[in-house]
Formats: sequence, C-alpha cells, structure tokens
Amino acid sequence: MTQAAQGTTRGRPAKTSSRRTAGPAQVWAGRVPRVLRGTSRARWSGWLFVLPALAMYGFFVLKPLLTTFQYTLYRWDGIGPSQWAGLDNYRTVLTDPDLLEIILHAFVLIVFFSFVPVALGLLVASLIHRVTRGPLGTAARTVLFLPQVIPLVAAGIAWSWVLSTTGMVNQVLNAVGLGRYSRAWLGEFDTALPAVGVIGAWVLLGLCTILLVTGISKIDPALYEAARIDGAGSVREFFAVTLPSLRREIGICLTVTVIAALASFDIVYISTSGGPGTATTVPGLEIYRLAFAQRQVGLASALAVVLMLLVLVCVLPIQRLSREGK
Amino acid sequence: MNISRREAITGRAFLILLMVVTLLPFVSMLSAALQPRGTVPSGLEWPSDPHWGNFVDAFDVANMGALLRSSLLIVLGVVPAAVVIATMAGFGLGHLRVRGGGIALAVLLLGLTMPFEAVITPIYYQIMDLGLLNTRWAIILPLIGLYMPFSVYWMRAHFLNVPKELSEAARVDGASTWQLFWRVHIPLARPAISSLTILMFLWTWNQFLLSIVMVDDPAKRTMAGALGAFQGQWGTDLVLLCAGSLLILTPTLVVFLVFQRQFIAALLQGSVKG
Repeated sequence: MTQAAQGTTRGRPAKTSSRRTAGPAQVWAGRVPRVLRGTSRARWSGWLFVLPALAMYGFFVLKPLLTTFQYTLYRWDGIGPSQWAGLDNYRTVLTDPDLLEIILHAFVLIVFFSFVPVALGLLVASLIHRVTRGPLGTAARTVLFLPQVIPLVAAGIAWSWVLSTTGMVNQVLNAVGLGRYSRAWLGEFDTALPAVGVIGAWVLLGLCTILLVTGISKIDPALYEAARIDGAGSVREFFAVTLPSLRREIGICLTVTVIAALASFDIVYISTSGGPGTATTVPGLEIYRLAFAQRQVGLASALAVVLMLLVLVCVLPIQRLSREGK
Repeated sequence: MNISRREAITGRAFLILLMVVTLLPFVSMLSAALQPRGTVPSGLEWPSDPHWGNFVDAFDVANMGALLRSSLLIVLGVVPAAVVIATMAGFGLGHLRVRGGGIALAVLLLGLTMPFEAVITPIYYQIMDLGLLNTRWAIILPLIGLYMPFSVYWMRAHFLNVPKELSEAARVDGASTWQLFWRVHIPLARPAISSLTILMFLWTWNQFLLSIVMVDDPAKRTMAGALGAFQGQWGTDLVLLCAGSLLILTPTLVVFLVFQRQFIAALLQGSVKG
C-alpha cells in the first residue's frame, strides 16, 4: 500500500483579492466594500467544504491518536479498571530485550523492503529503459504491477508455498545439485526473517523499477550524449548522469518502501505469524498481539507511539535529502 | 550502433527475467491448485490431469458469493463518501483557500505517515462504544477517516492548479459557491477524482488489519480479511488453499486488467504525490 509521506506545505499565495460570493444584483452594484465583504465571506463559508473531511479525520484519526498517548500512561487490560503507570510502558519498550529485538527486525526488513528493491530497481531500470516502449514494455508494466494490485495477504500465501519444504525454491535447489541447502525457509530461525524480507522485496521491486524507469525517461538525452563524447562507459554514465538525476525518484521509492517495512503487518501475519519463536515478529504484529491477545493495552500503545516516531525519524531525512537542490 | 544494439538485447533479457520472477509465484500457486486434493504438491509441476474442479470446491468452501458481496458493500460504503468529502475539502483548501487552511493542512499532515497500527487499538474501543463491532460499519467508518490525509492532499494538489479566472467568470454569472463546485469544478476534476477512486477501491478491497481486528465473521470482512481467515482454516490443505487464494485474487485482477492504464497511472502518481 502506497500510503506515504508528503513533505510539501506550500505557503499561501499572496493573491487574495477578486473572489466574490456576491449575487448578480450585487455585481452591478460595484463598489469596493462589496468585493472585500465577498472575499471574506467565501473564505469563512469555505470551511463548510472542509468540515466533513476534518470531522471524519478528527474522530477516526486525531481522537484515537490522542487516546493512544493517553493509554501509554496506564496499565490496562482493556476491560477492568486501569492503573496509572507513568512512563513505565515507554521504559519497558526501550529496555525490554524482546521488544528491542522486535524493533530491530523492522530495521532488518528495511534492508530487504527498501535497499534491495531500490538497488535492484536502479540496475534493472538502467538496463531496460531503452526497451520500455512497444508491446514488451506495455506487457512488462502490467506484469510488474501485479504485486501492487493483489492483497499482501495473497502475496504472503503464494510465497509461503514457494518457500515451503516442497516448494519451488527447494525444487530448484535440488535440480541444480544444491539440495543440501534446501530447507523450510520460513520455519527456521536463521532464514525466516530474510525469507519474509524476500517477499517484501518481490512486492516492491516492480513499483520501484517502474518509478525509476519513468524518472530515467525524463532525463535530458543531451546529458548522455555529453557523457559518451567524454568517453564514459555504461558504468561511469550510470554514476555521473543517471544516479544524480534520479534523486527525487529514489527519494520516493525509499519513502514508500521504508514505511512499508517499518509498518509491515499483513505479510508477516500470513507467512509466519511472527515465528518461529519471535524470529520474525515486527512492531506492527506485536502491537496487535499485545493489544488484542495479551491485553496489555498500555504497552501496545507505547510501542505504537515508538513505531510512529521511528517512521518519522526515518522518512523526514529521506524527504529532505531528495528535495535538496531541486 | 553496435553498443546500443547489445544494450537493447540485454535490456530485453533483463525485462523478461524480471517478469518471470514476478509471475512465478502465481504460476506455482496455479500448479498446486490443479493437483488432486489430498496430495502434497511439489514446487512447480504441471499436473498430468489438472483438477479444475478444485476451484469449484474452493468457491463453495470459501463462500465466495458472500465474500464478494461483503467486499462490494464495504467499498460502496467507503469510496463514494470518502471521494466526495475529500474533494470538497480539497476544493476548500486548494481553491477557496479558506482562512486558516494552513492549520488544517498541518493537522492532516500528521496522519500522512502514520501507520494504521498506531491507532488501531483506540479505534477498536471507540467502535465498541458505538456498538458497531462485527458490523461492516466498523471497517467503513474508520477507513474514511484514515484515508482523509492522503485524499485531501491529493485533491488539493489538483485544485491548486485550476485557474482562478474560471471561478470568477462563474461568479459574475451569479453562481453560488456550491453551484460553482458542482457545476464547474467537479467536471474538471474528473481525472484526479477517478485516480483517487481507483486507489481507494484498491486499498479498501485489500485492507487486512481493520478487517481482522473489527470483524470476527469472515463473511462481513473485506476480501483480504476473508482470505486471512481462509488460510487459518484451510492452511493444511494446500491444494484448496491455493485454489481459494487464486479465486479471491481474481476480481481485483479482472478490474486491474480492464482499467490497467488508469490503475498504473494512479499508482504511479499516488506514490509520487504520497
């Protein structure tokens, strides 16, 4: 899901005059005060347009958000009376080795969800950008977007099967004589988290590639010609021309994928339920489990607040860097 | 010339490789779905005698008819309402530029990067207080709110680019703000609105977390939520699970293939603006 960050808040424009709510009769009455009155009336009555959206947002996002902060200060099982806990819940999140490990998992997933698709996407995009027109290009766009369209749950089910003991990955390994490496990829402590990461990489690779290809197609061809005249090979060309020009697109890819990694839930829930042990448990899953299975609402909320801050801490610098100099 | 030719060939090879990697999990699922029931399928192996009947079984077992209906009801509850109020807000903030609109935008910005997990617990208790747990409203109402930051920013971006002269002309003709909105600006905003509609359809149809938290009965969930329950129930019957998953995928795939162009454009713009 590409629900992501946006950093733009454009300033209000200077132009404020010349908006009228006046009826036809008043238009002909034409004097200065009429214009002023009309302007300010539209500016206030305009809130009626904004209000329904804000009301829904306020009730289902802002209010719960405040409640989350409030929950973090209490010990509550969701049913009985709650006890004041001060900052204990935060202390637990930041010191409990299990919870810290769970947070670490989210960062491991960033490697797979973000770095792998962006790096691979860059490589692939620079190789294929010349062949994206024509029927093959059209077919490729459709195919590469499939993982974005299907529910993540389905991706999780498909890959659980591909990575299972009798699945395709082991079948291929056996076929090429590497059978000794075959295993239950999602079931073993060492491989489960990377295997979950591979699922995420598969989901996000297509989107990143297409975003990057679109970016490359906007680069001025003269830059490439200049590089060639200077005798640059494909590799030099990539680092001198392609990479710097794609700053914005890379920023977008990183933002979308980092959020997907930190807030991952669906894929993990379906493919491993966080196991074996807690080898693949991520903050999203732990919040769900703490709040609804273990009935530790306060602790779950503290973890939620930490997760929200982590997303901001990771995403804001990416946004800033990718917008610099543009 | 030789170089560019070689590049074109490697490019094509890589593109095809990438497509194969993307498609293989689906093909693998299909090959498993066609094995005789009760067997343990292995990897990618086309069955000598494909059991297409598995899909019929899965359709009955998964109660697909009810699931489709439920997902549709949820989409109908969320998307039109969310699109209308987001468009209105985008109009107010982007075109009318209401006084203090900057504050509203700043407040909405808060929700733009917020993961759903951050508010799911309080939303659950709020919905419980409203007595709406285990109804579709428990998915519909929060989703409308949760979509607001993105959709309002999306529509505002559109309205920022609409020339003011247009409204002025209509005003001179005596249009009220409301008429201006419906008669002049909505028709012009159609491309932005249809992209937003597509994105919200997709996100709603595929919504998983809210589904499993708010609603116990899979038949009242979204498709994705129902698929989760289906896996829980039939996880050991791999043949049926694969057939069921493919069936549950089909409606989205069909819609995607029909509206491909719009989908891809919407998804690309969605991640760029998002």
